[in-house]
Amino acid sequence: MATLQLQVNGTTRTVQVDDPDTPLLYVLRNDLDLPGTRFGCGLAQCGACTVHVDGRATRSCNVTVSAVQGRAITTIEALGTPDKPDPLQAAFIAEAAAQCGYCTSGIVMTARALLNRTPRPSEAEVREALEGNLCRCGSHARVIRAVMRAAGGR
Amino acid sequence: MERRTFLKTGGVFVVGVALGDWPLPAVAQSLPNADRFLGKSLDPKQVDAFLAIHADNTVTMFTGKVDLGTGARIALPQMVAEELDVPLARITMIEGDTALTPDQARTAGSYGIARGGMQLRHAAATARRALLDLAAQKLGRPVEDLEVVDGVIGVKGGGASVRYGDLVGDKTLGLAVDPKAPLKASSRYRCIGQSLPRPDIPAKVTGHHRYVQDIKVPGMLHARVIHPPTVGGTLRAVDEASVAAIPGVRVVRVESLVAVVSEREWDVVRAASRLKTEWTAGTPLPDHATLFDAMKTSAVVRQQEIAKKGDLAALSAPGARTLSATYRWPVQSHASMGPSCAVADVRADRATIWSSTQGPHQYQAVFARILGVPPQQVRVIYKEGSGTYGQAGAEDAACEAMLLSKALGRPVRVQWMRQDEHGWDPKGPPQLLELRAAVDGAGAVAAWETRAWLPAATANLPNVPLLAPDAAKIAQPQGRSTGLIHQNVDPPYTFPNMHALVHWIADAPLRTSAIRAPGKIANTFAVESFTDEIAAVAGVDPLEFRLKHLTNARGLEVLRAVGARIGWQPRPSPQRIDPAAAVLKGRGLAYVHYKHDETIVAMAMEVEVQRATGRIRVTRVVCAQDCGLMINPDSVRSQVEGNILQTLSRALHEETVFDRQRVTSVDWASYPILTFPEAPALDIVVIQRLDEPPLGAGEAASAPVPAALGNAVFDATGVRLRDVPFRPERLKAALAATRS
Repeated sequence: MATLQLQVNGTTRTVQVDDPDTPLLYVLRNDLDLPGTRFGCGLAQCGACTVHVDGRATRSCNVTVSAVQGRAITTIEALGTPDKPDPLQAAFIAEAAAQCGYCTSGIVMTARALLNRTPRPSEAEVREALEGNLCRCGSHARVIRAVMRAAGGR
Repeated sequence: MERRTFLKTGGVFVVGVALGDWPLPAVAQSLPNADRFLGKSLDPKQVDAFLAIHADNTVTMFTGKVDLGTGARIALPQMVAEELDVPLARITMIEGDTALTPDQARTAGSYGIARGGMQLRHAAATARRALLDLAAQKLGRPVEDLEVVDGVIGVKGGGASVRYGDLVGDKTLGLAVDPKAPLKASSRYRCIGQSLPRPDIPAKVTGHHRYVQDIKVPGMLHARVIHPPTVGGTLRAVDEASVAAIPGVRVVRVESLVAVVSEREWDVVRAASRLKTEWTAGTPLPDHATLFDAMKTSAVVRQQEIAKKGDLAALSAPGARTLSATYRWPVQSHASMGPSCAVADVRADRATIWSSTQGPHQYQAVFARILGVPPQQVRVIYKEGSGTYGQAGAEDAACEAMLLSKALGRPVRVQWMRQDEHGWDPKGPPQLLELRAAVDGAGAVAAWETRAWLPAATANLPNVPLLAPDAAKIAQPQGRSTGLIHQNVDPPYTFPNMHALVHWIADAPLRTSAIRAPGKIANTFAVESFTDEIAAVAGVDPLEFRLKHLTNARGLEVLRAVGARIGWQPRPSPQRIDPAAAVLKGRGLAYVHYKHDETIVAMAMEVEVQRATGRIRVTRVVCAQDCGLMINPDSVRSQVEGNILQTLSRALHEETVFDRQRVTSVDWASYPILTFPEAPALDIVVIQRLDEPPLGAGEAASAPVPAALGNAVFDATGVRLRDVPFRPERLKAALAATRS
């Protein structure tokens, strides 16, 4: 059993894992009580588990917990709450840009990383940034509108 | 979440909705304190099954219909608020809990509002009338002198009043639902017809929403089930030593139901991939490459005449201009974003199962039968999962969790992996349609014939046969479930001679179940593509052709609305094709009257085809829909958008592939779906019909998508696509063939 220290959402968290190759996703969801990051494929194909590592959108199913020690991990829970959504989440609420919402955490995290890097992206840049995030319900049009709304409102 | 904070969230950010007047309802798939209602009526003939009015003048509503991200959590409370005359913010909704909510049938077939919602409206109207009678006695005034404002009954023009809560005071109403209780006139609607914001969205976009995947129960074990490497394979041996190196992992086996369990999830993920198992060969699957030939020669269980009008003599008349075409729809997966998951806690005297099933009541009976206990001992609690659009793996995962929990005596969480979901969800069945038509000298359709070959569903089958009982050798009803896949095989047009016949066939590969708009998508693809083929042969504009052969006034209205919105220029298809152009552009159209008596949709789209690659880019989709009364127009719009984009995905990309042993398209690389760069601009017109019944919005707009797409590709290129999916290599080959 190894003890690891992680920087998660601005706080140092200590976790114990028996396998240092445990994907970050399982540690977030089960050990740190941060289930907003979703399990979608475990293959880095769908984007549902996207978090930020040092500000970069990263698939948490595809990065080991030992590889992210000492790096800044940000999950969907750090952005905003239902009472106080961050401006991007507020734009998603305004556009009703979710149906089942299972892919939404990952999409919001990918789009947040884009807006942090490129505050005023073109629609084409938004689409391209979200290429690796899949949505099955067909909320694409609303999601794109929501990201553009957030970009315009900054 | 508190209602007040919800209100604030919505009020600040939702534009165009006057939230001041419309605080949102509380929403609960299972409230922490919902068990205080245990023992309440579950009889759908009783008002108490649907409604509880509390002393503090709040209302709890109970519904067996569930929200799948579809907006039921706002639309159903809107219907109750309207009919009861109570503010939405005072309503709490409890959904899909067999111990608390009445059985309103599976959430399917686009009937959530049209049937489930109407049951709630009738219950509320019955309650309102009884409350008015009670108030009349209490206030000593005739009912005609009274009015209800926000759950308070008062004398019109002022004077004495009494609150619902005072009249009922947490007691039951003891009333039978009167389906004839007068419903509120549309002129007095305050809540119905408003695009009020969905209460689940703030939690969903902040990661706070809890799905079935997030349920944790004290003492719970994580499990991964090892499904066989071959369809129908049974377990010969399992080598427990192969996972002995992972501490805390146990192997559980009930006949061929085999799983690894542990307190730690990652350990069972690792163990599942390491566990050495040996299986029998199973039952060989048919050859994927010749699937449709096999369908054509499969034993026909029975033939069903769907429509018969006039005769087909024109098809064989000498000198007749005849057309024929074959359309093929492949096996497809529900391809849910989140693999199926369930938690089950089976005790000696009761079982609790948390599942994202669309039919908690249906599966209460199924699970009870499998456990061999009375249904009352099984509680199925709906907890939202990732959207499935029909029956995917949720019920299978739940049954596996249940049998493992029974074997272990502890709560068990079963989480499928991606390959389980793509490999083992019951699939949408394949469909084969052959169409023939004769066109007379004036360009009119002298005869139309549809012949369809469709996998036969088993009569009176209570549920899709599940994986776990078969693996564990527990008897269950066997057969095939498909949904009503024969509807809309016949055209909606006024052709004088028209036959439509279904050959129900015995053989089809893989387990099947209903997938969104069962059968109607493929059938409409064939009928509306072939309609376009006829219009092209007749040299008539496709919109004009449809308008000319349609009598339904509401159908004509959506067709004209779409034509106006997209700026349709009348001309026959295909367009004049520039042989030098690298990118070919076209437009196409399709129409459906869903099940011939429900929602009506017209759709047009514009496409660009890259000639060198065969790649199709959909640039714009315009859709007009008439689904009768819309309770919440923005939620309807959201459903229409979802139908369009999901079905574009199915038409452009999706096909379940299998070899002779197993499904091989088991991830998002081998089973690709629509991506963000591909999503077209959407322009949607929804027609509000305040005085018509609601007809359902969950499926209809999916039906015309593939035909509109195929028709647009034909218009652009002159190539007719009749095989789904429209993958680039397929179109590229067809384009090359037209040049040589």
